[in-house]
Amino acid sequence: MTLAAKNLTYGYRDTTVGSGATLAIEAREVTALLGPNGGGKTTLLKTMLGLLSPLGGAVTLDGHDLEGLSVTDRAKAIGYVPQASASPFAFTASEIVLMGRTAHAGLFAAPTAKDREIAASALDRLGIAHLSERPITMISGGERQLVLIARALAQAPRFLVLDEPTASLDFGNQGKVMRRLGGFAEEGLGVLFTTHDPNHAARFADRVALLGRGTILAQGPVREHLTSEALADLYAAPVDLVRDEAGRSAYLPG
Amino acid sequence: MRHGIGALGGIALGTAMLALSVAIAFSVGRFPVGFADLVRALWAAASGAPSGLSPAAEAVIFNIRGPRVVAAILCGAALAVAGAAFQGLFRNPLVSPDILGASSGAALGAVLGIFLSLGIFGIQALAFGGGLLAVALVYMIGSSIRSGDTVLILVLTGVVVGSLLGAGVGLMKYLADPYNQLPAMTFWLLGSLAGTDRSDLAPLFGPIALGTAVLLALRWRMNVLSLPEEEARALGLATGPIRIAIVAAATLVTSASVAAAGIIGWVGLIVPHMARFLVGPEFGRLMPTAALLGGGYMLAIDTLARSAAQVEIPLGILTAAIGTPVFIWLLASSRKTWT
Repeated sequence: MTLAAKNLTYGYRDTTVGSGATLAIEAREVTALLGPNGGGKTTLLKTMLGLLSPLGGAVTLDGHDLEGLSVTDRAKAIGYVPQASASPFAFTASEIVLMGRTAHAGLFAAPTAKDREIAASALDRLGIAHLSERPITMISGGERQLVLIARALAQAPRFLVLDEPTASLDFGNQGKVMRRLGGFAEEGLGVLFTTHDPNHAARFADRVALLGRGTILAQGPVREHLTSEALADLYAAPVDLVRDEAGRSAYLPG
Repeated sequence: MRHGIGALGGIALGTAMLALSVAIAFSVGRFPVGFADLVRALWAAASGAPSGLSPAAEAVIFNIRGPRVVAAILCGAALAVAGAAFQGLFRNPLVSPDILGASSGAALGAVLGIFLSLGIFGIQALAFGGGLLAVALVYMIGSSIRSGDTVLILVLTGVVVGSLLGAGVGLMKYLADPYNQLPAMTFWLLGSLAGTDRSDLAPLFGPIALGTAVLLALRWRMNVLSLPEEEARALGLATGPIRIAIVAAATLVTSASVAAAGIIGWVGLIVPHMARFLVGPEFGRLMPTAALLGGGYMLAIDTLARSAAQVEIPLGILTAAIGTPVFIWLLASSRKTWT
C-alpha cells in the first residue's frame, strides 16, 4: 500500500509552490518531511491529502489517481491531523473524535453505537479516555493534539498525515506525541509528518524526505539521508552534529 | 463534565416551554381561552365530536388566536434553526440567519410592494422573492471571488450587498407617500404578526417545514462543517454541496418568516445561544432544542406584543429590548468560550 506523489507540481490556483516532487509513503513506515519555513511543506501535504488539486503530475493511492476518488473514499484511506486550531464551539473531546466517523456514515445518519465505541477506543488508545467529556476549549494544547490524532484514528485510515504535530507542544508533550507514531506504523499504518526539528526525524522516523528549493531534494532511510551536510544545504545554515558512545546522534542549529 | 442536560433533557425542556407559551398565549387577550378548553377544542377537531364550547370560543381558537400562535411558533423555530445552522456554517457564534442579506432583500421587496400599493399577498410575495434573490446574488458574487477564505468572503459580500439593499429601502421610504405608505413601511420593517389569519399559514408552513426539515436532517454533518474547511473535507465531508443546501434551506425559512412577520431580529441570534447553554454545541442535540425553544420564545414575545399595551408593540422592538440584556447575560455567564 502506497501513497505516492509522482512528478508533482503543487500550489494554489495561480501560484506554483513546488514542482517535480516525487515521494512515496509506504505502509508500516514513518516518513518525516523536513524543509525550511515557507518551503511548501503544508502545501505539499494538502495536495497529497487531495485537499488541493495537483497543478501537474499526480498523487496516487495504491496506483489510483487520488483526483478520481470521492471526498469520502479519500477520507477512508487517509487521516489528517492538522495543527490544533482554536474552535469557536466547546465540543467535548469525544464529540470531536466522533466526527472522525463522518466518512463512514450516511449524509443524514446519526452516529451509531459502533461509531461511539470506535471513538471511545481511539481516545483510550491515546491514553486520554479521561478527557472524553471535557470541552476541547478547556484542555491543553498537547491534549488537543492527542484528541486530533484520536479523531484521525477513528477515521480508520490506512495512512496518517500529520502537519507539524509538535509545533505548539512543550518539550515533554513533543515526546509523548512523537512516540505514538512508531506504534501506529507497527500496526500497519503509513505515517507522514512534517517537522522543524531534524531530531524528531532522526529519533522517530524510518524514512526522511527533504523538501527545499521547491522540490524533494532527497528521500530514503534516515541513516543515509539525514546528514549534517544535507541539513546544512537544506536550511542554508550551519548545523552541528553531536554523537554519544552508543552512536546516537543529535543535530544542533547554528 | 458533560454539557447541561443532554438531548432528551433539551427536548423535554423545550417542549415544556413551548406548551407553557401556548397555554399562556391562548389565555391572554380580550377573550381568554383556558388550557382545558383549548385541549377540548383540539380534541373535538381531531375526533369530529362536538366540543361543547361556544361558537365564539371556537372562532377565537381556530380563526383568530390559533393562526397567530401557529405563525409565531413557525417563525420562531425557523429563525432559531437557521441561526444555529449559520453560526456553525460560518464558525462564528455572533452570526444571525440574515447575515447573507435575506432580511435586507426581503425588506426591499416589501417596501417596494408597499410603494407600488400592492395588496398584502403581493407584498409578501415580493418580500419572499427579495430575500431569496438577495442571498442568491450574494452567493454568486461571493463564490466568484476566488481569493482567500471562502466563508469570510461570503460574509463580507453579504454585509456589503445588505447595506446596498438597505440604501434601496431608504430610497423607497424617501420616495413614499408620508401619510399612508411610510407608516406602513415603518410598521412592516419593525415586524408584527397582527392580522395573521388562516390563509396566511399555508404560504408560511410550506417553505418553513421544508427548510427546517433539511436543516434538522443535516444536523449531524453540521458538527463537521463547523470545523475549518480543509479539516471538514479531510474527514470526508463534501463541504461545497452541503454548504449550498444549508444556505438554501436557511434562506428559505428566513425569507418565509420575514415575508409573513416582517423583520424580527435577535431571535435567530439569541435562541441558539440559549440552546447551547442548555445542551452544548453538538448539533445533533442543539438543533431540535433550538427549534422548540425558538417556537416558544417567539410565541411568548408575540403574546407580550399584543397584550402588554393598548396598542400592538412591534415585535422587532420587543425582541431587541429583551434580546440585548439576555445576550449580555449570556456573554457574562459563558465561561470564557462560547458555551
